Amino acid sequence: MSDIPTSADPSTAPITPRLLATELVCDRGGRRVLDGASFAVGGDTAADNVLFVTGPNGVGKSTLLRLVAGLGTLESGEIRLTAGGGAVTGAEVAEACHYLGHRDALKTALTVSENLAFWRDFLAPPPVGAGAGHPALELDEALAAVDLDALADLPAGLLSAGQRRRLAVARLLVVQRPLWLLDEPTSALDAASEARLVALMAAHAAAGGLIMAATHLPINLPGRSLVLRPAAVAREAFA
Amino acid sequence: MSDAPTERAAPLLAPLAALYRRELRLAVRIGGGGFMGVLFFLIVVTVFPFAVGPDMNLLARLGPAVLWIAALLATLLGLDRLFEADRDDGALDIIVGSGQPLELVVLVKCLAHWTATGLPLVLATPFFALFLAMEPLVIGATMLTLAVGTPALTFIGAIGAGLTVSLRRGGLLLAVLVLPFAVPVLIFGVSAAGAPALDPAPFATPFLLLCALTLATLVLAPIAAAAALRSGLD
Amino acid sequence: MFQRLTALANPTRFLGLVERLGPWLVGLTLALFAVGLYGSLVLAPPDYQQGETVRIMFIHVPAAWLAMFTYALMAVSALGTLVWRHPLADVSAKAAAPLGAAFTFLALVTGSLWGKPMWGTWWIWDARLTSVLVLFIMYLGLIALWRTIEDPTRAARLAAILILVGTVNLPIIKFSVDWWNTLHQPASVMRLDGPTIDPSMLWPLLVMALAFTSLLTTLHLYAMRNEILRRRIRSLGLAAAAGTAS
Repeated sequence: MSDIPTSADPSTAPITPRLLATELVCDRGGRRVLDGASFAVGGDTAADNVLFVTGPNGVGKSTLLRLVAGLGTLESGEIRLTAGGGAVTGAEVAEACHYLGHRDALKTALTVSENLAFWRDFLAPPPVGAGAGHPALELDEALAAVDLDALADLPAGLLSAGQRRRLAVARLLVVQRPLWLLDEPTSALDAASEARLVALMAAHAAAGGLIMAATHLPINLPGRSLVLRPAAVAREAFA
Repeated sequence: MSDAPTERAAPLLAPLAALYRRELRLAVRIGGGGFMGVLFFLIVVTVFPFAVGPDMNLLARLGPAVLWIAALLATLLGLDRLFEADRDDGALDIIVGSGQPLELVVLVKCLAHWTATGLPLVLATPFFALFLAMEPLVIGATMLTLAVGTPALTFIGAIGAGLTVSLRRGGLLLAVLVLPFAVPVLIFGVSAAGAPALDPAPFATPFLLLCALTLATLVLAPIAAAAALRSGLD
Repeated sequence: MFQRLTALANPTRFLGLVERLGPWLVGLTLALFAVGLYGSLVLAPPDYQQGETVRIMFIHVPAAWLAMFTYALMAVSALGTLVWRHPLADVSAKAAAPLGAAFTFLALVTGSLWGKPMWGTWWIWDARLTSVLVLFIMYLGLIALWRTIEDPTRAARLAAILILVGTVNLPIIKFSVDWWNTLHQPASVMRLDGPTIDPSMLWPLLVMALAFTSLLTTLHLYAMRNEILRRRIRSLGLAAAAGTAS
């Protein structure tokens, strides 16, 4: 992790991504889940680059992350990602994201390295913010970073839940993208793995990358928080 | 921003090739992909004479139709997992945000699915045709029409797979939604396949119409299926 | 013009419209049917070839016409769902589907009833009958899709996509079935469109067509109203659930 460029000196890291969401309104299944959520991620310090999304169950934490990842429809509002003079909105923001959801997006019939190699070859470089955040690692480096290098040729179906989670995390390391969206990233991880993940997150934020993490377990990382509250009413379209 | 599209358009084939390889690998490793399809194909062809009777003349006349119906069912029944597996394990979420056009992703998945399941059916056709006492020329015509026509069935089925991806056990609904659209493919396919047996019947007309259908579905189905996938995401 | 349309597209305003127009439309439909049925069943002469059987045509032809018209209506609604994302567009398409299926079914049944004396069999794989049968199956498939997907907004978009795919495909299916039919049954089928229709039979047919259109409009408006009310109940239920949860 020593070769990661730090963003402390602004002259070496001119690409400073910023995520700006304004007045997001989202309905799911006829129910208003988000009712005007606004937030910004990204600043001068690594702590400003990390946003923890918290709140009670069912309040829309996952929905919010999925919206940024392009997996949902906004009724109104805008999500905008700027970096190094470029800007994208809407679905294109998703292409600058690494989304780590509840499911690990692994094929049990493929080996650990085949799974990872596919995502490395398939994921396009980000439309903006190339160079910000955790740099892309080689396959074996990424597997080593999540302590799976010994299992590279094993079918992913044989891995435990925690190991699968780590393999999913390795996906974020083989393609560089400026924005990480992590939905309960520490679930299923033991203490050592969690410490490793937090170190990776810290490195990403220190390198100018942005992180949005939905969590209800405290994560040992400096960052800002966004507390979501339940949306006031069900949708009005037919009322 | 201005140079971004050209910069990103160039490496389009490598990711899609990676997807194609992954799909083929999965098809071979899980459930033997093509093997199940061919087995189903064999069973339908075997069951038919029990229903129709062992009259070889009648079977020879029905041959192309039997093979086509068997291929239609084998293709459609295998298609409900086309997107479902990726949805279940969350891979679809990542694919949508991958930066690759979803329409092309659908197209590549269809092509891979056809390579794994449709192509073995085509290759198995001559052997199963022997059960049905078909003429060599008719066997050749049937093989050719199946080779050209089964991709169209896969593409049409992909629309249904996209529509039913969010449903548990969407297989039956998929068949109901998609079978009407398969009617033209079946008509032209069977007509062309049976043409050599009936002297005056032309082969070229239905065969070219079948080719046109395949090309049209190749363009339209990925658009519709991708739209359906996007709608089913949240 | 567009503003007036969007104003109508407000569900509450739409319900008000249904309340005001509904009774008039019911009256108009009844009057048209009274005139049309009297004209077709009593006044119109029996056909010199088909005898009294021809009277089935006064039901069959308008039903078949509306079977296709309803699909066109759904296609426009589907565009409304996908392009303008208006909730009423989906209500319109969803309300129209069972009506379209019913008209198609009516066309099939009356065609079959007419076919028994004329062709000596209940069903014949005539190109038109076959096309209409495929259309019927497509209506049922759409209804099945709406019924299986719980989330109304998702169902709306998926159904709209399927409707549009069907719009592209229907002419192709029609063409292929025509082609298939001429291949297998060269000119053995008697067609209605031989001699021109006598005015004494034409005017009841046109009145019946108007009556059926009016019937469709009436039923569609009321079906849309019911669907809106159904969704309001769902909204109220969701609000109640949200109220107790928080």
